[in-house]
Amino acid sequence: MDSVNRAAYPADGAAVPSLEVRGLAYAYPDGHQALFGVDLTVERGRRVALLGPNGAGKTTLVLHLNGILTPGAGSVTVAGLPATRANLAEIRRRVGIVFQDPDDQLFMPTVREDVAFGPAAAGLRGAQLQERVEEALERVGMAEHAHRAPHHLSFGQRRRVAVATVLASRPEILVLDEPSSNLDPAARRELADLLGALDVTVLMVTHDLPYALQLCPRSVVLGDGVLVADGTTQELLSDAELMRAHRLELPFGFDPRSVTAPVA
Amino acid sequence: MGAGHAHKLYKDVRSPVHALPAHCKLAAVFCFVVLVVVTPREAVWAFGAYAVLLAAVAAVSRVPPRHLLTRMAIEVPFVAFAVLLPLVAEGERVTVLGVSLSESGLWGAWNVLAKGTLGVAASVLLASTTGLNALLLGLARLRMPPLLCQIATFMVRYADVISEEMRRMRTARVSRGFEARGPRHWAVLAKSAGSLFIRSYERGERVHLAMLSRGYTGTMPPALGDGPAARAQWARSAALPLAALAICVTGWTL
Repeated sequence: MDSVNRAAYPADGAAVPSLEVRGLAYAYPDGHQALFGVDLTVERGRRVALLGPNGAGKTTLVLHLNGILTPGAGSVTVAGLPATRANLAEIRRRVGIVFQDPDDQLFMPTVREDVAFGPAAAGLRGAQLQERVEEALERVGMAEHAHRAPHHLSFGQRRRVAVATVLASRPEILVLDEPSSNLDPAARRELADLLGALDVTVLMVTHDLPYALQLCPRSVVLGDGVLVADGTTQELLSDAELMRAHRLELPFGFDPRSVTAPVA
Repeated sequence: MGAGHAHKLYKDVRSPVHALPAHCKLAAVFCFVVLVVVTPREAVWAFGAYAVLLAAVAAVSRVPPRHLLTRMAIEVPFVAFAVLLPLVAEGERVTVLGVSLSESGLWGAWNVLAKGTLGVAASVLLASTTGLNALLLGLARLRMPPLLCQIATFMVRYADVISEEMRRMRTARVSRGFEARGPRHWAVLAKSAGSLFIRSYERGERVHLAMLSRGYTGTMPPALGDGPAARAQWARSAALPLAALAICVTGWTL
């Protein structure tokens, strides 16, 4: 672990960004091209929202971040480590993806076993593993549900456990795919409180624009396979023309300029 | 382990039987069933003795007899088969209440009925005292092939998710006025089954992606849980098969 941390903080003191995507292009085997050269840098400790309508290539981009898909061109670097076949195991530990449907994410019979899966796959055993599981469940406030089966939890609780399953591997960057989908307002707020309190780099893929504004000081917009905008979330959401051009719509009555947005 | 995993078979009470490690109990039940099966069918008393043994374990386990008996109903189809045997089997015939029955068929029926019932009773007792999850861990610990363990684990995890999906599809059909009344509607049901299969298949792919993302490379990491069983626990679990062994040997020598 020490060598990893040293790599992230080189001698000159400037931190290596958590995520660096350079010229990423990808076409599916059927010929459909989803990404046309994406450049994205996420600095350490920042929270960034990735916005875009359905079909813009958000999910394709996410699947590149931990090497599930291999770029047709370009590169992905996580805290200085290039995402190549040789580094796959470490890359997958560093990039914690929380998928949209917690029933896909939670595949073990109990919460505890599910949270243990990642660190155990990385070789952790015994007391250390136990400790890691408890710590991760503690951070999402689900410690007392460790022994329960995922399908006996509420949807909001399942989503929080899904976050814990990746936190348990102590990731460099947390990637959330539509974290607020299917949550009732209270569960949505609870998740926001939880994510806001985490001290970890976050890339949040969403089309829940108020949620992005609440949690992420910076946003990028993906449209037709390229990044078309990059700026503060408040600025982007206030740009009516940009929003219209990329099928991004604010909920009725919501004015992004009327709220105090978090600053980077 | 296994607590909180409510299941129709499991009876959540505290007892010495519940406290035994799952793999010890699995091994004990397996040996017991093998011994019952190899006991000669003519040793009628031996089966009575086996039943007494199981009743003793059931009493120690504090599972209500009603819970066990109702769950043994799964045996009914086999009973029906056993009842048919004396009527259709060949060989010498005896007349009971004016019905001509085959003597070897009667022995065969007795054999199926006695051994089957004991086997089912032992399994129901195991399932009532051991959580599903603990059973799976026990099987893994007994070196069941990991792939089979994984398949069983996923089945347990996703059975509810898939039946919920099936229920939603049914609701959607009914809401649009569909009611299966006859063969003319079977096509709709078949298509529903087909799309349920495809949905489950796609879910399987998504789950696999999620597993890969968390470092899955083809083998499950070893389970969290209790360490290997203590000698005392093995000894306690062995009580049932050892008693059965004594009965079995006596059955053969008498």
